[in-house]
Formats: sequence, structure tokens, C-alpha cells
Amino acid sequence: MKIIVIGHGMVGHKFLETLGAIDAPHLAVTVLCEEPRPAYDRVHLSEFFAGKSADDLSLVAPGFFDKGNVLLKLNAKVVAADRAAKTVTVGDGEVLGYDKLVFATGSYPFVPPLPGKERTDCFVYRTIEDLEAMLECGQRSKTGVVIGGGLLGLECAKALRDMHLATHVVEFAPRLMAVQVDDGGARVLRKKIEELGVTVHTQKNTLEIVDGEDGTHRMRFADGSHLDADMIVFSAGIRPRDELARACGLTLGARGGIAIDDSCLSSDPDVYAIGECAAWNGQVFGLVAPGYDMARTAARHLTGSAATFTGADMSTKLKLMGVDVASIGDAHAITEGARSYQFTDERKQIYKKIVVSSCGKYLLGSVLVGDAAEYGTLLQMMLNRIELPESPEFLILPQLEGNARPALGVDALPDSAQICSCNDVSKGTICAAVCAGAVTIGALKSCTSAGTSCGGCVALVTQVMKTEMKKQGLAVNNHLCEHFAYSRQELHHLVRVGKVKTFPELLEQHGTGLGCDVCKPAVASILASTWNDFVLTPVHAALQDTNDYFLGNIQKDGTYSVVPRMPGGEVTADGLIAVGMVAKKFGLYTKITGGARVDLFGARVDQLPLIWEELIAAGFESGHAYGKSLRTVKSCVGSTWCRYGVGDSMTFAIALENRYKGLRTPHKIKFGVSGCTRECAEAQGKDVGLIATEKGWNLYVCGNGGMKPRHAELLATDLDEDTAVRYIDRFLMFYVRTADRLQRTSVWRDNLEGGLDYLKQVVIDDKLKIAAELEADLQHVVDTYSCEWKNAVTDPETRKRFRHFVNSNQADQNVVFMPERGQIRPATVEERARVTIPIVLARSA
Amino acid sequence: MQRDLHIDTWTAVCNLDEIVPNTGVCALFNGEQVAIFHVDDGAQQVYAIGNYDANSGASVISRGLVGSLGERIVVASPIYKHHFDLRTGECIEAPEHSVGTFRARIAEGKVWVGA
Repeated sequence: MKIIVIGHGMVGHKFLETLGAIDAPHLAVTVLCEEPRPAYDRVHLSEFFAGKSADDLSLVAPGFFDKGNVLLKLNAKVVAADRAAKTVTVGDGEVLGYDKLVFATGSYPFVPPLPGKERTDCFVYRTIEDLEAMLECGQRSKTGVVIGGGLLGLECAKALRDMHLATHVVEFAPRLMAVQVDDGGARVLRKKIEELGVTVHTQKNTLEIVDGEDGTHRMRFADGSHLDADMIVFSAGIRPRDELARACGLTLGARGGIAIDDSCLSSDPDVYAIGECAAWNGQVFGLVAPGYDMARTAARHLTGSAATFTGADMSTKLKLMGVDVASIGDAHAITEGARSYQFTDERKQIYKKIVVSSCGKYLLGSVLVGDAAEYGTLLQMMLNRIELPESPEFLILPQLEGNARPALGVDALPDSAQICSCNDVSKGTICAAVCAGAVTIGALKSCTSAGTSCGGCVALVTQVMKTEMKKQGLAVNNHLCEHFAYSRQELHHLVRVGKVKTFPELLEQHGTGLGCDVCKPAVASILASTWNDFVLTPVHAALQDTNDYFLGNIQKDGTYSVVPRMPGGEVTADGLIAVGMVAKKFGLYTKITGGARVDLFGARVDQLPLIWEELIAAGFESGHAYGKSLRTVKSCVGSTWCRYGVGDSMTFAIALENRYKGLRTPHKIKFGVSGCTRECAEAQGKDVGLIATEKGWNLYVCGNGGMKPRHAELLATDLDEDTAVRYIDRFLMFYVRTADRLQRTSVWRDNLEGGLDYLKQVVIDDKLKIAAELEADLQHVVDTYSCEWKNAVTDPETRKRFRHFVNSNQADQNVVFMPERGQIRPATVEERARVTIPIVLARSA
Repeated sequence: MQRDLHIDTWTAVCNLDEIVPNTGVCALFNGEQVAIFHVDDGAQQVYAIGNYDANSGASVISRGLVGSLGERIVVASPIYKHHFDLRTGECIEAPEHSVGTFRARIAEGKVWVGA
């Protein structure tokens, strides 16, 4: 059966994913996508301005279109549909036949018919191309105005603020977010947004846009006032893209949109419509969750299952410009007999309202602004008609000391309760996944997709997970290994608070057995980051993995590589010569690393102290390439030399590398510092990244390379260096304290309850009141730093360990080198068997 | 109990204090590389097994981390962390790459290895 899908947005792709999950090999699907790129997350579009790229926002799993039965055509706009002939015509003239047709054309941004709306530097906010154009314009703009103070308009305002424009929101109605939020909530919302530096104008009717004096444009309003701006973005609502459907004779809804029945079928039994282009019972749904529901319904119906769409709950929770806003059900208390309870705290800028049925037993709706912690609970109560407690007002009143807020035990939810509406994941599905072994948020996200779209359900998913684990008698088991019944975080706490200084002490107090290759290095790292003793004192040496034991990176043949530190990648000519002379003297293989420093290979264990002595004499220190520690701070050359640089990235990078060198962390960490937005140092791929702007430094965190690369996220903007360092101190020590063993910052952040927001609260707002401690702990490491190589070569007892045989000066016969490209390489096992005299004689100590 | 007929093949390879407690060293014994471990869990004990890790082709077992896995005392080879039983030389994850064992004892403050 030939299926043509018109449109490849979020809902179109969900349709394809659902079809893919239903094993239906007889289907041949062609997807005609108008945009130049496949489906991406339009809900999180504003993250584009916070550093996410178009690729980061892609919703298409790698290899999705390689299976062969789904063909995606990009830049393929459908210009006509002929339902009698059952064909569609693409813009380039191609005509394609179908057995079933699916409209997933979405909506277009409504632009009010204002004179001047066609002017350059006026934009709409929908596609990546729109955003790229906005970004370009933003670089040469001072003031930006968003017309429309709804959900999307406020997202857009945040984007303008992220571009450092003086931002205004102009709204026709008397309040912001008029659909979801009531008067009381809108008042609080407006105040919070204004405090974030956005000017809000309500009850403003724009008449025309003409040339401005203090900006490219002048907006003239009906009340006689005006506003000048360099950039205008229209976000005044969406309208369904039903023009194609209209032209081919399909029935439309009263207010537009392709009319569909409960199976998502249009007036033509071979044509479906899903998402924002469809109208069900005259209603068009502007949220992604109902669209996903329609996509699933259509896919199932098309493949012969019974599936119905019966409308959607339009409840939503989001974060707008850092402000929590949530709206549930009948937020405006329109239901006959409904009664409201309201709570406003003008100091904390919180507004909460619940709408209760006339009998008082059921929750009909709610509005939450400033604090939406109860959203999950209230939503479930409304959806599942769970009876309210005797005094429902306590659901939203602040908790008094000692009184517990009447909680909704997750147990009160039936298995069918939909926890994640974007991906239609029920409580039952999550519980089954937990029983099958998914016992972290990261794992649940992977196997159920819950929490991976809008993210609003993550708190509730966590509650369901923990309750189920308790029921199964599963302790949250992230015991380090068989020797310690504690997580790494707990062990760190025990070490720190109990002032435990050695592994034998820890083993005696809290462990069993002899320890092993899992817990020894983990504890070594905890001890190092807490007390910072020399890692090779005998009691600590026994804990070290070979790399940290010999302060080099073991290679496949048992030799080690040597990496001297070159902070920021800067090195003098004399330094390079010295390193080169060492390489020649010891016959080492040389290579520049990805971290912008020199790596020397082929060193035998007994040669290491000699090599280090010469490097130390030339002014070098250990580069800790062997440690789970700071590797490098990658830097561009910055404003000192570069014509584009706006910040001195070189000096800052060197200062940072010298500050954090020697710190041991749960896994290796890498920094990047770029002197301008061209980002030559790739700071956005690093655990800690800094990018210079005219206003200071933007700080990014939790980026990683490796098997699953991940972009860093923006933590704070416009920082001076001192503040940036303080935040980095706190961030690093918080990571050291709470991460799991060998957990990189990206994975750690994904598993933090509350994610990036929580991280910001801890690091910037000091929500846990530990900032001073974290800074002091880090300062201790800085103050007690000393070069490990130097310590090793100057301590005779440590130095004695650097030999292959304890009872002979003979070299390891197993180490054999061959020549390659003018240097050495290790011989393979086969080559070693053949060679009787080594080609390159190893020099003896 | 049978008498050790090869008592004259005991060789002192090093002083006990040349081995950092709970680590290993490598000794040349009759032309072979032998990994010797000093396990100190209250009682002092030495073990000796072959030093060649066939999983990687490197002579490095002596440099591994010592520990316990259940009842076994093991060393984890530094290259790929294969575990070798210190008493039997068995490579737990790849028994075909198990190593030989040697007798080892502590006497007069030295470590002795016997065939």
C-alpha cells in the first residue's frame, strides 16, 4: 500500500515512528517535507538561541530512514492534490500516486494585516530558517519587539533576551497568556517577566509599522503611543495549513482546519489529517501532545486497529523566561457551579488557583504561576477524577512547619493513568520498565520515552519510579561494588564528614573483603579530591590504577606515554625544543594530542623518572593525561592576536588550567575557552565552556565528546572572570560530591532530578546553601597542589618502583619496536615472534 | 605431607618491603617473568603467578590492582582488567589465557619463589 505523508514536522514524524513500531512491511511510505530539514523539536525552538544547533533539535533517530520502506523528500512542497486520481503534485512537477494520504502540514504563523508587516527585519517564529534570520538580524540590533504575549510570544521574547536585545512584548489583550492564565496569574507573570528585563505592553493595538527614529521600525498604536525597534517578531497566533485541503475539496472545520472524525479521517475515507492542520469537533489543537495522539490514532487506524481520538486535555506546564507557568483543565472556572480557591504571595511572586466542582469533590482546573511543583499531582487528580481531600485549599497553600501537604500518593493512580502525555506513557508502562531493570531516570527515558519531549512529567515519573522500586523491594542500588554497600555519592559523604583519610580506614569502617579494581580507584579519587595527598604515598599507591601508579598512560605493549602540561596549548619555542630533545634522546614517538599538547610514546617504566627530570628542568609539569582529572583547557588565541576576538581567551584559559590542574573528578573533564562566538575552541563540546561576548563570559556546562557526544548547556551569561570562576568552583565540587563512579558530566546532568534548572539553583542561587563549602573545598585542592612527577622523582622510595624487574636491570624482552613513518611503533605479537634482535635497541637506565 | 624435593630451587627475589603492601612486582625467575603480590589483610601473604597477559600480549600482570571477588583473591590486569586468581592463576573471564603459578613464601624478611 502506498502512503504519502504531506509534512514532516513533529506530528508527521510521530506518525512515521508509530507506523514503524507496527510491523507492516507491505506499506511503502513517501514523506514530502516542505522544509530543507527533517523533523525537529519545535517546542524547544528557543534553545536554538541558548546554544543548541539544528542537529541537536532533530527528532530523527540515526538510521531511521535507512530501513528502506520510508522515503523522505526534503524541499518538496506539495502544490496540489487530486483526490479523484489519487495523486499529489510536488513543486518541481513530480506527480506521485497514493492509496492513503496523510496531511500533517501543521500551521502557519498568523501575521495581522498591518501596513508595514512586509518590511525587512520583521520576522515570524516558526522554522529554523526564521531563527537563523533572527539571529543574523539580532547581531545588528539593539531593540526587539514581539507582537503577541501568548505562549509562543513569551518563548520568543526569551530568545530575544538571549540575544541581548532590549526586549518588549506587545499584547492586544488586557493580559499575557490570555488563554491559559487568569487575571491573578497574569499579574504575577507580568511582574516576573518585567523583572527579567522585558518590557510588557498590554492592551496595545498596533496600527502600522513605519520607519523609526530610534530604531529601524516605528510601531504606531491605536492609543497614540509608539515604539521604535530594530527587529519585530510576529507571534500572534497560528492558523492551520489547510489551503491544499481546501483546494482539493475536503471539508474544513468552522474555524478552519481539515475536519476529522474520531479516527482522524477527513471527509475522504482515504485521507487522514493530524496535528495542527486538523480540526476535531471544530477545535484545532495547538499543543504537541494532542498532535501525537492523532498521529498514533491515524497510524493504528490505517493499519487496521481500532483507535480513536476523542479530544485532548490542553493542560500544560512550562518554563517561560525562567518562570514556571501551568494551566490545567478549566482554568477560567467556566463550568457551571465551579468554585475557586486562590492564593497569591506578592513577595515570593507566586499565584496558585484551583477550580473545584460544585459538589466540592473533584478538581476541574488550576492555574499555577511562579511555582508549579504541584502540577503533576493536580493534573492526575483532575484526569482521574480522584476525590479531593476535605480542605482542598491545602493543596496550594504553603506548607506550615510540621504539616505535610496532603499528597497524592502515586498509589492512588491507576496503571492506566497517563503520566507522559507527549509520548502516551502510562503508569503501568513505567512500572513494567522499572521491574525490567530501568532504575534510573536516564534508563526510563531511554526505554519508555517518558519525559523526553516537553519534560513536564519528569518529577512525576521519578515519583512513580521510586514508589515502584520500593514496592519491588529494590533498594535504589547503586552500591559501588561488592565491598561497599554505598553509592559513590554516599561514600564521598562518609569520607568527607567522617574525615576518613585512607582506604584501609574506610574499608574497616564501612566495607568488607579486600576491595577491588572498582572501588580502589574510586576511593582513591574521592580521597584525592577531598584531602589531596600525594597519590603515590604507599597507602594510596596501592589503590591506583596503573596509569595513576606510574603517572603515565599505559599502552598496549606495557610502555607508557608522557604528556607534559601546556596550559591553554601555549608553549614557547624553547619548550618545544626541550620536548623534542627529550623525544630524540629516549627514542620516543611524538604526536600532538586533541587537547593541543605533545604526547611522547614508548617510554619504559624505568625511563619515566629520567624523562620527567628533563622535562621538569625545562619548566614542565605533569599534564595528568593519565588521570580522571582535568585534562586540558582548549583555547583559541583570542583578542590578543585575532582580529575577531572580543575576549582574552588565552589568558583566561591558562589561568583556569593552572587553577584546576590536579583536581581529581569522577571522570575526566575538559574545558574550552573561545574569544568570540565563532567558537574556535569548541567550548560547547566541553564539560566547562566559556565564550566571550562584549558583556563578559557566557558559561556552558556538561558537554562531552566520546561515544555519545553531547552539547554543553548555557548556565549563565555576561559573567566577569571572578564570578565565572566561583561558579565553576561550585559546579566542579558539586559534580565531585554527587556523581556516580565514572559518570561524565553529561550523564550526571541527565540523571539530576530537576536537570539544568536544578543545577542553576544549586550553583547560581545557592539553593542548598553549600556554595561556601564547595568553594572552600575546591580552594583547598588548589592550595595543596604540587606536581606529581616532581614528587615522584624527588622521593627515593617512590622512584624505586619505576622498574620492570624488582631483581634485575634487564629490559622487558616483550617490548619491541618497529619503524614507521620515521618513528617507532610497537611490534605486533606476530612481528615479535619473528624478530630476534629488536630493530631499535631500548636504552637501559 | 610430602617433602618438597626441590627445596634448593627456592630463590630470594627481593626484600618484602620492596613491595608496596597490596601491590605486585615482577621478578625474573629462571628466565621467566613472574608477578609477585604481597597481600596484607592483617596476615601477610605472598602469591606468584605468570606475568604475561595473553589477552593483550603485554607482560604487565604484576602492575594490576589486587582485590577480592567473592572468595577469590585476584589481580586485574591493567590492560583490559581481566581477573587472574592469585592462588590458581586462572583467568576468570578467559580461562584459555590462564597463567602458571609459582610457590612463594616470606622468610627472613625476603620473598622467595620456588618452581
